[in-house]
Amino acid sequence: MDIIRNFPLFTIVLSLFSGVLCTMLKGKTAKNYTLIYEGVLIVLTACVLFYTVGNGSSFTYTMGEFPAPWGNEIRAGVLEALTALFFLVILFCSVMAGWKFLIIDIDESKINLYFTLINLMTAALMALVWTNDIFTGYVFVEIMTLTSCGIMIVREIGRTTLAAVRYMILNLLGSGLFLLGIVLLYDITGHLLMVPMRETIAGFAAEGTDMTSIMLSLGILTIGLSIKSGLFPFHFWMPDTYGWSTPTSGSILSSLVSKAYIFLLFKIYYRVIGPSVFEALPIRKIIFVLGILGMVFGSVSAMRQKNINRMVAFSSAAQIGYIYMGLGIGGIDGYAAAMFQIFAHSVTKSLLFLTTPRLSEVSGHSLLFRNLQGSGYRAKDAGLVFLLCSFSMVGIPIFAGFSAKLNFATAAAGAGSYRILFFTMIALAVSSVLNALYFIRTCIRIYTSGRGGADIYAPGLYEEANARPGSDLPSGETTVSGSEEPLFSRLDYWIPAAILTGLNLYLGLFSWQTVGLIEKGLAMFP
Amino acid sequence: MTEKFRKWLDGDIDVMENITETTLQHDASREEIKRQEKRLRETIWELPGTGRIVGAERRTALIIYRVIAIISCVLLIGTLLYIVGHLPLYGVENPRATEVTKRYVEDGLRETGAVNIVAGMILDYRAFDTLGESHVLFTALICVMILLRKDSKNMRSAYEDYFTVEQDTYFRTHQDMIIRKIGFFLVPCIFIYGIYILLNGQISPGGGFSGGAVLGAGMIIFTSAYGFDKVDKFFTLKLSGYVTFAALSFYSFAKGYVFIMGANGLENHIPKGTPGAILSGGMILPLDIAVGLVVACTMYGFYSLFRRGSIGGN
Repeated sequence: MDIIRNFPLFTIVLSLFSGVLCTMLKGKTAKNYTLIYEGVLIVLTACVLFYTVGNGSSFTYTMGEFPAPWGNEIRAGVLEALTALFFLVILFCSVMAGWKFLIIDIDESKINLYFTLINLMTAALMALVWTNDIFTGYVFVEIMTLTSCGIMIVREIGRTTLAAVRYMILNLLGSGLFLLGIVLLYDITGHLLMVPMRETIAGFAAEGTDMTSIMLSLGILTIGLSIKSGLFPFHFWMPDTYGWSTPTSGSILSSLVSKAYIFLLFKIYYRVIGPSVFEALPIRKIIFVLGILGMVFGSVSAMRQKNINRMVAFSSAAQIGYIYMGLGIGGIDGYAAAMFQIFAHSVTKSLLFLTTPRLSEVSGHSLLFRNLQGSGYRAKDAGLVFLLCSFSMVGIPIFAGFSAKLNFATAAAGAGSYRILFFTMIALAVSSVLNALYFIRTCIRIYTSGRGGADIYAPGLYEEANARPGSDLPSGETTVSGSEEPLFSRLDYWIPAAILTGLNLYLGLFSWQTVGLIEKGLAMFP
Repeated sequence: MTEKFRKWLDGDIDVMENITETTLQHDASREEIKRQEKRLRETIWELPGTGRIVGAERRTALIIYRVIAIISCVLLIGTLLYIVGHLPLYGVENPRATEVTKRYVEDGLRETGAVNIVAGMILDYRAFDTLGESHVLFTALICVMILLRKDSKNMRSAYEDYFTVEQDTYFRTHQDMIIRKIGFFLVPCIFIYGIYILLNGQISPGGGFSGGAVLGAGMIIFTSAYGFDKVDKFFTLKLSGYVTFAALSFYSFAKGYVFIMGANGLENHIPKGTPGAILSGGMILPLDIAVGLVVACTMYGFYSLFRRGSIGGN
């Protein structure tokens, strides 16, 4: 047996150990350790990716000596390895670029605890990606929920505590429904491992047994995970959660946590229920409609925001809608488009959340649009990156967002249903226009010369809560300019920004490569 | 007499000691409460965009909210009742549904060496889930530490400190005879019982989680009877950190070893022992001890953090 087959296990168990280890380290050591460790994980995952692509098949890994229906199991294929690799790269970049703000936002004695949570979250992300057991999924969903709340409240200002409490209540509701769904499915099928579950369900389908209870259990499970990932009617926790956390947390929460839940949900649809059974269920139509509604209403809410972070967060709601729409379109193309959108959106959104604090930093630490005027000139690097990310979000060719939208259109055209094609096209058009409206507004704002609101700056409660603790409010001419920043902290931002922008362009220009890999992965996914 | 009783009811007077508490401090603390509440409102509630609805709008919103809540509850109840009505019958031989449990029940003792099949299931057959589960507790402890441990940003308000310090000093000077005496006899028994549950996890009902919870409860009772000072002498943040670190990393590496050996088809050389003996069940006993230590530290940590915002003094 090749040694590479052990790597998925290493990524999970070593992450758990790293989490515990970080409690013993000092803050800065913990950060350096985490960065190096993430680098090692990236190498391990890349090995798994090459191994599975070379082999042309996925492999299962028994956890212990007991085989499938009795013991736990993880499974690695091309799609899992690719997702894990993307997640780890984004995690690495988020930690690296957000460090400068972490030391301001977090009390010194708690920085190591923050990295404990980051490492535990890595373990949970990896476990959700690799697992082949639905209950293991639940256990690590719990870890994910707790760590998400933890990395939010660590900023210790009123807004984050409030956002975290709201997030926790909604997420616990989601976890509860998810657990209920698992329990019911276990009761019906008698299995917790995904493949035996599918075999049992396929047996029911062949015998012509009533599928209503399976469908209802799946519905409960879907509601649970869609609350956690922020599908349309449940997206109202997003702006506070993403907008007020420290940049690293905002970036991780928006680009990784919600995507991991969607990946798990997709795995359940594809591996537990099976694509043929799933496509006959009405759940698919419901998430298609909700996805489209999310695309439109998320964008409408984003347009009404006065705060750049809240705008970016609401645009996440719209982008999550795209992913669910892809799952709703169905077929290999639809699923591949949804997976591609997961990657494209994670790459773009994480960089956006790492860029806005730099724009606000040179505008008196305010996130309000009126104060951000001209910030693109004051922080040239951040302005440029924001512009490029906006291009990707709007869907301008050569960027990832364009390829994602093209994939959805192609998938809808190939779905063989005029209704799906019609609604997808309309939704894509409306959503693109709305996206363009609010991102162009922001770009015009940050590239309009003048000091904007920085001159008419009136410190109120809003700005006070907004200002990073420990920083002075700007007065007159003493606004901080980007050039005073020390080189290492600029490099801290430039390297991740370069990696993520490069990935973005790669996904945009060579989308066929990634889509090819995804399709290869989907072929070995069931 | 009645006046005294009313005063005692209001908490103004300590009947036992006949010491009237200084009303002055109380007034100060009331001012402090008002100030704290105002600060809370300002920092959290009265910010634009928080969506604080007032007046007639609020009433409409509340009605809509209640209607939606009732509808979704009724829907959920209906769905669950429908599913429960259509679940496979319990106890009826169904080869698909009983395949897993059958092996656990019939071969569990032989394959894991544990008389307690539940322990064999969670720590041997499905050990990976339990590995995650024990880290869930640890994650919760870290989150509570982030939220409640005192630091430069999270200063406890004077109001909170007033009561904590007052109660602590009160307990130091007026130790409650009943609690102390009962604690004196009870705490050793609780500890022995906890250790018993912990060590017998593979033989009888119990194991790491329940034994650790009993140990933690024993520590909490000890603290209530004798005050934090006594506990702080041996249980510091550092010790708690080392114990948790050692237990959890032992858990990760031991289970990682078993996983790797099992998955690669190698012999793991862990003796199963004689079923029923205390040294049986392979890895179950040491893992139970590790989990128990983590649970005990977590339980006491929660109590201490909620009570005074630190573990083991400052």
